[in-house]
Amino acid sequence: MSFQIIEQAKKYDVCIVGSGAGGGMAAKILSEKGYKIALLEAGPDFDPANPEQRTQLRWPWESPRRGASTFQRSFGDFDMAYGGWQLEGEPYTKERGTEFDWFRSRMVGGRTNHWGRISLRFGPLDFKRKDFDGKGDNWPIGYEDVKPYYDKVDKLVGVFGTKENIPNEPDGFFLPPPKPRLHELYIKKGADKAGIPMIPSRLSILTKRVNKKRQACFYCSQCSRSCTVYGDFSSSSVLVNPAKDTGNVDLYVNAMVREVTTDENGKATGVHYIDKLNLKDYKVKAKVVILAASACSSARILLNSKSSAHPNGLANSSDVVGRYLHDSTGASRMGFLPELMDRKRYNEDGVGGMHLYTPWWLNDNKNLGFTRGYHIEYWGGMGMPSYGFGFNMEALNSLVPGANGETKKAGGYGLSFMEDVKRYYGSTLGMSGRGESIPQKDNRCTIDDKTVDKYGIPVLKFDYKWTDEEIKQAAHMQDTFEEIIDSMGGIALGEKPGKESNYGLTNPGQIIHEVGTTRMGDDPNTSVLNKYNQAHDVPNLFVMDGGAFVSQADKNPTWTILALAWRASDYLADELKKGNV
Amino acid sequence: MDRRESLRTLLIGGAGTGLLLSCRLDEDPDVSQLTDIKEPEYDYGRTPEEQAIIEELQEQEFYTEEEMKTIAVISDIIMPGDDTHKPASEVGVPEFIEFITKDIPAHKIPMRGGLRWLKNESYKRFDKDFLEITDVQKIEIFEDIAYPDHVKPEFTQGAQFFSRIRNLVTTGYFTSKEGIDYLGYVGNRPNVWDGVPQEVLDKHGLAYDEKMLKEAVKPEERNDIMDWSNYEV
Repeated sequence: MSFQIIEQAKKYDVCIVGSGAGGGMAAKILSEKGYKIALLEAGPDFDPANPEQRTQLRWPWESPRRGASTFQRSFGDFDMAYGGWQLEGEPYTKERGTEFDWFRSRMVGGRTNHWGRISLRFGPLDFKRKDFDGKGDNWPIGYEDVKPYYDKVDKLVGVFGTKENIPNEPDGFFLPPPKPRLHELYIKKGADKAGIPMIPSRLSILTKRVNKKRQACFYCSQCSRSCTVYGDFSSSSVLVNPAKDTGNVDLYVNAMVREVTTDENGKATGVHYIDKLNLKDYKVKAKVVILAASACSSARILLNSKSSAHPNGLANSSDVVGRYLHDSTGASRMGFLPELMDRKRYNEDGVGGMHLYTPWWLNDNKNLGFTRGYHIEYWGGMGMPSYGFGFNMEALNSLVPGANGETKKAGGYGLSFMEDVKRYYGSTLGMSGRGESIPQKDNRCTIDDKTVDKYGIPVLKFDYKWTDEEIKQAAHMQDTFEEIIDSMGGIALGEKPGKESNYGLTNPGQIIHEVGTTRMGDDPNTSVLNKYNQAHDVPNLFVMDGGAFVSQADKNPTWTILALAWRASDYLADELKKGNV
Repeated sequence: MDRRESLRTLLIGGAGTGLLLSCRLDEDPDVSQLTDIKEPEYDYGRTPEEQAIIEELQEQEFYTEEEMKTIAVISDIIMPGDDTHKPASEVGVPEFIEFITKDIPAHKIPMRGGLRWLKNESYKRFDKDFLEITDVQKIEIFEDIAYPDHVKPEFTQGAQFFSRIRNLVTTGYFTSKEGIDYLGYVGNRPNVWDGVPQEVLDKHGLAYDEKMLKEAVKPEERNDIMDWSNYEV
């Protein structure tokens, strides 16, 4: 069998790898400016409105596994992410003694199809943390550089929230928020008592409409299943579809990019990809290449793009590609509130996710033993049962006396046990901290020199360890959770995670906020990109995903990925006009 | 006509014609009638790969007939239903357990072994198979294994099994239509959230503060396109 790389006849202005938040935004902005775009996606086509792919408003019994998670859908059978912690035929490896869990979603829109829609701006402090604690590095840009783009993203995509005037939690163009649910009011009572703030959450869900193409939320709470009326943000519905409507975008699905191709001068000429359906190799030519395949996938493509001009991988003369990989920290606790037993039934699905959250409130406290903050997310309420519902009732049903005043033995069976499930329904709640970690040069992904995936592409090897900062932060989270649960009159469930489990600190990668692998900076010796997401070494190469982050605040990264991709696309268009690229 | 219905019509040419056609195959050019057309039993947005996995699992049988009978009996003891709700065995719980055991193989050995433990225990006590002992006798065994904090050392493995099957029966029941009705969950449908009902707030002694009431979305404005004039950040 001869090996042939088929060259796509059409030459593009821009080739974009990845159709998630960053790639979708670049495709929209640049196609609307008239540039011809090849948009490559490693997974299949997806549109939230496609009835054949719909999981929204399905009932648990429609799934033979009642919504249990599978290899194909790690977050449950109804979750709208094709992919998960493992992909068939596409392994990744870890340095011995280290942990990293990598969530990949392969589909148009990428991970924006199922995420929590928590849409927080970084604050002024988040871009300049080193100025305050001497750790890590400052961004080469500040809040004032990104603010105009956050404003534009708010108006384009839609995000609800409230103006609060909290210094490091900038307000935005907010749609009105939904009222809190019952358990959220109870938690707020406890948090108030403990001196911990709770404010309306900031989620990219349409409580009112932002245009005529998207409907307002109808409160099914199922954003993770992707919204058939486009009532929330996903890259497919909000960015890729309008980009396609310009007529300037060719979407290549199931296109698994192997490397960025370069000429003898080291300039990018396009990409080499494998069509996953026919397994043939193709080349797409473009004047500019934008990687937005996710922080680690983009780093992988760069590291695999070796040539005599770029022996260390493309855009990697600094040896920084893959380094400074960092994820948010995470820790959780569950509680039970007796007041919420025997609740009156009504539909309290609400929006997908919490209606109230806690922003980090201790920026001024220098004596915590750690220097970066976390926010707290909350859950609870009378949600739709799914696989796992009613598990471990024996941990609950002896906590308070039964209807007859007698305390039961934990466990049981029969009608009285059925009644327990009913009585306790909606009385448990939980909270999760999501914190900022300090990026480390040695926390990184590299190319595994021994392993390839089924397409023959060398795979990533992760080497990541938390530092004491993150562990102490998790310990603080656990104390806070207990304080909130106690203050509201609740009972914290299970054992409080202690030192032996790093206070319940999640493995790196598990919060799916991994960023930093192609960070931006003014110095080409210590950074991969300049402050406009453009590679120092290769002027016609950009990275517009989370890889560009110098540090990931305790905020979720999507809103900043969107704002930076818009900003970088504007810059790129200017440079193209000037003939600089 | 919904998509499934139209698909069905497309394939078999409308209700009632299938049988007719099969009697006249010699005259009918439509060979699709020669194949066994199977509507996917589960159609909830599966990818072709996922659909294939489900079909493959459905074709396998893990539990023996006797084991399935035992599971049905245990299911009804754990979730017997009430005056207006059917018991677990009548709402698909044993079938769910059969599927999930194949789907999550970690259930296989503990479930098979647990059922065997129960059978053995029944012979030990009553010299009869579990399916042949009386309800009172079954309860006698369950009383020894249904309360994890009060288990005699000789019954700990049985208690482990009981906790597992109780989890599966409970989750199977409450994810069935019947169980959700019993539970009283009333969501999973388009609606407009306007906060906790007033009588519930009153009962709990809670209230929305002025700021929240002022800022929260007004249901009647939900279809308006947001107007940003006069909005300052």
